Amino acid sequence: MNSASIASEENYLSSGWNWWAWLTTLDHKRIGILYTITITLLFGIGGAAAAMIRLDLLTPNSQLVSVETYNKLFTMHGVIMVWFFLIPSIPATLGNFLVPMMVGARDLAFPRLNLASWYLFVGGALFTIYALLAGGVDTGWTFYAPYSTTFSTSQVFAAATGVFIAGFSSILTGLNFVVTIHSMRAPGMTWFRLPLFIWAMYATSLILVLATPVLAMTLMLMGMERIFGIGVFDPALGGDPLLFQHLFWFYSHPAVYIMVVPAMGVASEIISCFCRNPIFGYRFMAYAMLAIAAFGFLVWGHHMFVSGQSAFAGTVFSLLTFLVSVPSAIKVFNWTATLYKGHVTFHAPMLYALGFVGLFTIGGLTGLFLASLGLDVHMHDSYFVVAHFHYIMVGAAVMAFFGGMHFWWPKVTGRMYPEGWARFSAILTFTGFNLTFFPQFILGYLGMPRRYPVYPPEFQAWNVLSSAGASLLVFGYILPLIYLLWSLRYGERAPANPWGAKGLEWETASPPPSENFHATPLVSEEAYAYARSESPHG
Amino acid sequence: MADALAAHAPQFDDAEQQRTASNLGIWIFLATEILFFGVLFAAYAITRVRFPDAFAAASRLTNLPLAGTNTAVLLTSSLTMALGVHAAQHGARRAVVGWLSLTVALGCAFLAIKAVEYRLDYLEHLVPTLDFRYAGPQADQVELFFYMYFFITAVHGLHVLIGIGCIATIAVMAARNAFSPDYFTPIDVTGLYWHLVDVIWLFVFPILYLISRS
Repeated sequence: MNSASIASEENYLSSGWNWWAWLTTLDHKRIGILYTITITLLFGIGGAAAAMIRLDLLTPNSQLVSVETYNKLFTMHGVIMVWFFLIPSIPATLGNFLVPMMVGARDLAFPRLNLASWYLFVGGALFTIYALLAGGVDTGWTFYAPYSTTFSTSQVFAAATGVFIAGFSSILTGLNFVVTIHSMRAPGMTWFRLPLFIWAMYATSLILVLATPVLAMTLMLMGMERIFGIGVFDPALGGDPLLFQHLFWFYSHPAVYIMVVPAMGVASEIISCFCRNPIFGYRFMAYAMLAIAAFGFLVWGHHMFVSGQSAFAGTVFSLLTFLVSVPSAIKVFNWTATLYKGHVTFHAPMLYALGFVGLFTIGGLTGLFLASLGLDVHMHDSYFVVAHFHYIMVGAAVMAFFGGMHFWWPKVTGRMYPEGWARFSAILTFTGFNLTFFPQFILGYLGMPRRYPVYPPEFQAWNVLSSAGASLLVFGYILPLIYLLWSLRYGERAPANPWGAKGLEWETASPPPSENFHATPLVSEEAYAYARSESPHG
Repeated sequence: MADALAAHAPQFDDAEQQRTASNLGIWIFLATEILFFGVLFAAYAITRVRFPDAFAAASRLTNLPLAGTNTAVLLTSSLTMALGVHAAQHGARRAVVGWLSLTVALGCAFLAIKAVEYRLDYLEHLVPTLDFRYAGPQADQVELFFYMYFFITAVHGLHVLIGIGCIATIAVMAARNAFSPDYFTPIDVTGLYWHLVDVIWLFVFPILYLISRS
């Protein structure tokens, strides 16, 4: 809007540029950046573990690492990627930056709590890195009892402590978002004028707040059992190992929606902007995310179809799991309907967002295979499961994370990223991802179990394909890191609204001033009030 | 000074918005606490249903007189906390400090009585890991009961301890005239936390001490 005046203006990045100012900042935008740097480093560690796994699986006999090391590699990959990258990825970075701006507020409701949540996160990450350096963990990211409580001699306690601490950062972030969205919306910003990204953050925050405490206490019981032999999960005293699985998945299934619902919010913003159409069925999109969050709490038992759960419980959980596909399908249909007769342009964020929709669809549909009781007996703990959840958590969620990073990069940094390189990375990531994980569906269907470094030689061709894809994926992830950092110095200066996008965050300068808006904005139109005739920049 | 503190934090438009936000925040926090303890209640209930006789026998070994006294102490402390909030609404500074101090004292009394109870449990060889001896049938399940008993009461005790720290802090703030009838949100939200800790005890007490005791 006022793009002429931005270059010299005081903004949140220019005021107080020193270590102390950054480490004590209460500004949600700066805390978002602190989170971004932190999770990027952790993504590097988790990604390195994944690269080692894929290298090792090039040959059937695990020639690169020992079996014990392989166990530790996939455990650290899982622990770090789930709790220290995917869970905080979009909420703690883009969410932190955008939630107050999108609702027209100066900051989150509790800025000190927000900073505290980052410190808790770093503390948890340090514990987990300590566990890695002190010898690693070999339980798998699921910490199943009684192996974790009684038999494993690895650093289970340190890793679980790290996850426990990071859990409180999740809770505080969720609490902050819910309160902010409820009580700090600008005048005129009614619930049904909120961008869908805000609805996504709201649904995600409810899950963060209601599910994470269950994980915290479960891990605490597990740790106490390890140290004092409490016995709640120990059959020797009458405890029940299956109870651990119930409690663990009561958190960890909703956790999948903590990863993917924010991605849905990002995709909605991007798709609407780059086809110049209002989101089709806005209210259904909002309700669908709330429905996914709610159903997510009722389906945990589908992780335990072969764990000795009763057939009746299995049937109920199977049915409820199928129900999740209804709101998920509403979202996919509505994104595609939004494209219909739109003025579609294929900027990098749009390529990422479309990639998200495609990969989410494959990940979601293969979830239905696994929700079927009979089929799951065959597929359970196979590479089919690995491929399925990577399509959702890496394919969909990480594509959307990168899409969001590109989309809001001009707003966050005041610089444009190099468009050509970005489009190339989006396509490379999409290609590399499919090459990595599609063969795993086939491997799983043919019967290759997950978590084994050794496999029959006839599976080698598919594994080589998968590892080749992983090497493309490495470049797909490293390239943006390079050119985005490059753009901080050499990128073209960004105007306030380079995409001609709707939403309050685009009505303030790029980068925004410390208080976000010079005057409290007044909202007088619906979200996504795009006029068909406008065409986006470039 | 009260006026200076009554002014709202910069991210809010006015004091009313700040009060709404703080209240919503504490209620959400209390919901997380309920889920936190919910795991323990669920684990306890499931195990108890599987071993009703062992758990009934074990719960008869707990110290009802002391736990009953503690229940009265904690309920009374909720009353004094509520009276403290009431006094804050009316700006009665000395009464606020008095009621909050009494609440802290009752909280400490609860922990002291609990410590005595733990000591008696120890003397009766009921502390797993340290010294556990039980001659009757299903000794392993009786031991599991006591593991859960110690864990649940310890986690609850930790919440009491945190509550005492918070209430003592706001009592000092109140003594320094930090609150007014227009601004006493910290007293309000600390009170809500304290009541929740009390309510959780009202579930812990019957499931550990009372069910099928006679």
